[in-house]
Amino acid sequence: MARESDYGVNDLGLKIATVNGTGSASANGLLLQALFRMGIPVSGKNVFPSNIQGLPTWYEIRVNKDGYTARSPDFQLVIAMNPESYARDIEEVVSGGWILYDNTRELDDEFRRDDVTFLGIPLADMCVEHFQGSRIRILMKNITYVGALVALLDIDMDVVKGMLQEKFSSKQHLMDANFTAIELGYTYALEHFDCPLPIRLEAMDKTKDCVMVTGNAAAALGCVYAGATVGAWYPITPATSVMDGFTEYCRRFRVDPDTGKNNFCILQAEDELAAAGMVIGAGWMGARAFSPTAGPGISLMSEFIGLAYYAEVPCVFFNIQRTGPSTGMPTRTQQGDLMLCAYASHGDTKHIVLFPADPKECFEFSVQAFDLAERFQTPTFVVSDLDIGMNDWMIPKLEWDDSFVPDRGKVLAADELEKVENFYRYLDLDGDHITARTLPGVHSKGAYFTRGSGHDKYGRYTEDSDAYVEVMDRLLAKVESAADHVPAPEVFETDGGKSVGVVSVGGCHWAVLEARDTLAAEGIEMDYLRIRGFPFSQAVEQFLEDHGTVIVIEQNRDEQLKNLILLETSCAKEKLQSVRYYGGQPLSKGHVIEGVTPFLTREPVEVSQ
Amino acid sequence: MSYIKKPAARHPKLKVNSLGLTIRDYEGSMSTLCAGCGHDSVTAALVQAFFELEVEPHRLAKLSGIGCSSKTPAYFVSEAHGFNAVHGRMPSVAAGANAAHRDLLYVGISGDGDSLSIGLGQFCHAIRRNVNMLYVLENNGVYGLTKGQFSASADIGSTSKGGVANQQGPIDPVNTALSLGATFVARSFSGDKDQLIPILKAGLSHSGFAFVDVISPCVTFNDHQGSTKSYAHTRSHMHEVIETDFVPLKTEIKTEYSEGSVQDITMHDGSVVKLHKIADEYDPTDRRAVLDYLADVGSRGEIATGLLYLEEAGVDMHGFENTVDGPLVEVPFADLCPGSKGLEEVQKEWW
Repeated sequence: MARESDYGVNDLGLKIATVNGTGSASANGLLLQALFRMGIPVSGKNVFPSNIQGLPTWYEIRVNKDGYTARSPDFQLVIAMNPESYARDIEEVVSGGWILYDNTRELDDEFRRDDVTFLGIPLADMCVEHFQGSRIRILMKNITYVGALVALLDIDMDVVKGMLQEKFSSKQHLMDANFTAIELGYTYALEHFDCPLPIRLEAMDKTKDCVMVTGNAAAALGCVYAGATVGAWYPITPATSVMDGFTEYCRRFRVDPDTGKNNFCILQAEDELAAAGMVIGAGWMGARAFSPTAGPGISLMSEFIGLAYYAEVPCVFFNIQRTGPSTGMPTRTQQGDLMLCAYASHGDTKHIVLFPADPKECFEFSVQAFDLAERFQTPTFVVSDLDIGMNDWMIPKLEWDDSFVPDRGKVLAADELEKVENFYRYLDLDGDHITARTLPGVHSKGAYFTRGSGHDKYGRYTEDSDAYVEVMDRLLAKVESAADHVPAPEVFETDGGKSVGVVSVGGCHWAVLEARDTLAAEGIEMDYLRIRGFPFSQAVEQFLEDHGTVIVIEQNRDEQLKNLILLETSCAKEKLQSVRYYGGQPLSKGHVIEGVTPFLTREPVEVSQ
Repeated sequence: MSYIKKPAARHPKLKVNSLGLTIRDYEGSMSTLCAGCGHDSVTAALVQAFFELEVEPHRLAKLSGIGCSSKTPAYFVSEAHGFNAVHGRMPSVAAGANAAHRDLLYVGISGDGDSLSIGLGQFCHAIRRNVNMLYVLENNGVYGLTKGQFSASADIGSTSKGGVANQQGPIDPVNTALSLGATFVARSFSGDKDQLIPILKAGLSHSGFAFVDVISPCVTFNDHQGSTKSYAHTRSHMHEVIETDFVPLKTEIKTEYSEGSVQDITMHDGSVVKLHKIADEYDPTDRRAVLDYLADVGSRGEIATGLLYLEEAGVDMHGFENTVDGPLVEVPFADLCPGSKGLEEVQKEWW
């Protein structure tokens, strides 16, 4: 719903509506990067269709001087480049806002609004006049609106041109075309409009220690840093770019300089079942192996995941969640696989799950996931989502400690095997529930039969009740002991603690933080805990115990996080309240405030969603 | 199944190979399959092949899926690592294992249910990927563990124990493997050790996916009159196309063959496979001709056996992926992690 805009420098919601496949992504990326390089906190959300070419697509840029990066539905400026979606796009701009459109073909009266300003630029005409060939004309139309925005928003032209020079340094003709297009839009806007608009931008210094990256690229880099050598996958939105990233970084860092051969092996499997099998096969051999996928892939992998759990084979799965169930909305985000990942597969199973909230954590948790998988000899999940994975995020620069040594867990080397009389794969010798494993090819004493069928602690096939139960009980204790090793929850507590506590997870974080600040400014204070790992640690239990009301905020219909808390902690059901948003967009402050209001002692001011 | 354990004592005159191991060292735990099961003969042939090839037990990785056939890796080479995967999905585990550790010898044991029904996709893709392994399909036309349902390799008209005739056409694994570009395709019979052992040895030496379909009768559910996968039917309808002799690298070639009837193929590891052709016109290196020949034999209701097709120069999975020559599991971490310097470099592009 449109609402009165509050103008301010460096506080802007911008929505760009284009047609999929017309090259707008690179223009929008250029814009986002330019603002970032001006030192202004910025976030970009790509709202795209499951389509290659032709359907409407949107790119949302939020500029916020205070550093809030959650999605905001308040758009002061809409770039309406797609007549097919005019009605919706024009409707979405806030009252008092601006709409930039291509007036080569004049807007129908039905789209007119009295409470916004229309900025018409004959983009198509200008591009026809200045460029030859239909493809370049389509592409340059995008760059031309970027040029107009440079004037309208007072973006630093030198920054934009510098980026074009970097990008096209080896393609002179493209650089020339881009420069022409930028100037065309810029000059037109200066000559025809009152530039800059009140929603203008100003350089700041808030991004100098930051980088701009997607969660999937960061997760992929994490796999390289963790020392993963085998990646197996089946293409799926929104996880594909994890493997694209891994391939890119491996080609850069993992090709043996002497032989030109690869210190990695990436297998594109025939389906996710095979991808899981490959990862487990490689893990059995002692390689660090992973598979990036989304919910449908985890569904298919589930049988294998149970095998890895029961036979205790280390393996790492990335679930870049999308909107389910079934095919669902493959290009929209959700947190619908929390339960699926925690308990994937038939029979009694429970898994280690890490929940990153941004690309920084995607990188860090990715490295940590391999350590946990090997230490606990069990499948480990990194559960991200489409919003974190595919959108550009401003994050503090990543750091790496060169003294890092991977935690390979208990693996017996040949000389250790030489000393033991008999090796038994599932015999817990030191009472920590983790048994030593051996790798094939190392020593004949280490040989054993890895199987998903019933086995006793000696690794032998069994159908004996007691022997079966003994192993199953140890497995449960083992995975539960990981609670102290998964990333600890992040806790935000007000002095002395408040009676209302909020619990959330993953990408909800940024909207929750912003909403919490907004409410605090109104004198409504809440404590907040963000879960970062499963099984839940004592710190989670403590937070639940310390608060009279606990509001669980998550992005799925079925209250999966809340139910997981009920199942896995001693928290009383009456204490827990649920706030859910599951429409497929990233969570916004408005969703949070509206959701928590019924549980507060007084009502806050209404905020749009 | 048998209940009498073999004595641990070893006969003093038992032959010892260059590793100091006897054939007994290549045995596994006692079979739990039905007495007379074809699969146990295949196991015995494998044990013989490993012994003769002087395989280091701990350098062997044996894998299987689910089913009677898939139990058998427990019955050979106790000192080799084994992996009993989920039903029909052993090929992917083998591919991943091989990707990580290319220096081990891989043997996959599967069945007709495991490879041709639930696992048909993985079977096909392992061939396409040319995973370097010996893949043995113990083919009996029925699901044994679930008590006698037809499998996808059952011939039309072949009857079940209860007398019901199978109506759906079979998937012929040899034909499938050949059409998909397999580089080593053989068919044999569990009851013909003389034929099977050299084929298994050649398959173990092959660089790439070596496929061996072994007709291995199910004595309990599919060995009756009316079955086309029984001992009697297989014996009377076997059509040996080629006799295989396997000559390891270190052995001098002594056997004399008449000119023209023998084709020598040198394997990747230097051993030689001598293919003694029963039919003069048969060329085991011509894929199309082999397919045609097999179609003719099949149309007569006969079962063509032998090392039917061999191509030693194929590119395997590691060739496709251009992986380093040594096992990935042995690459030191320092060569895998680009460190803080690399991170700095990457992050320049994220600005």
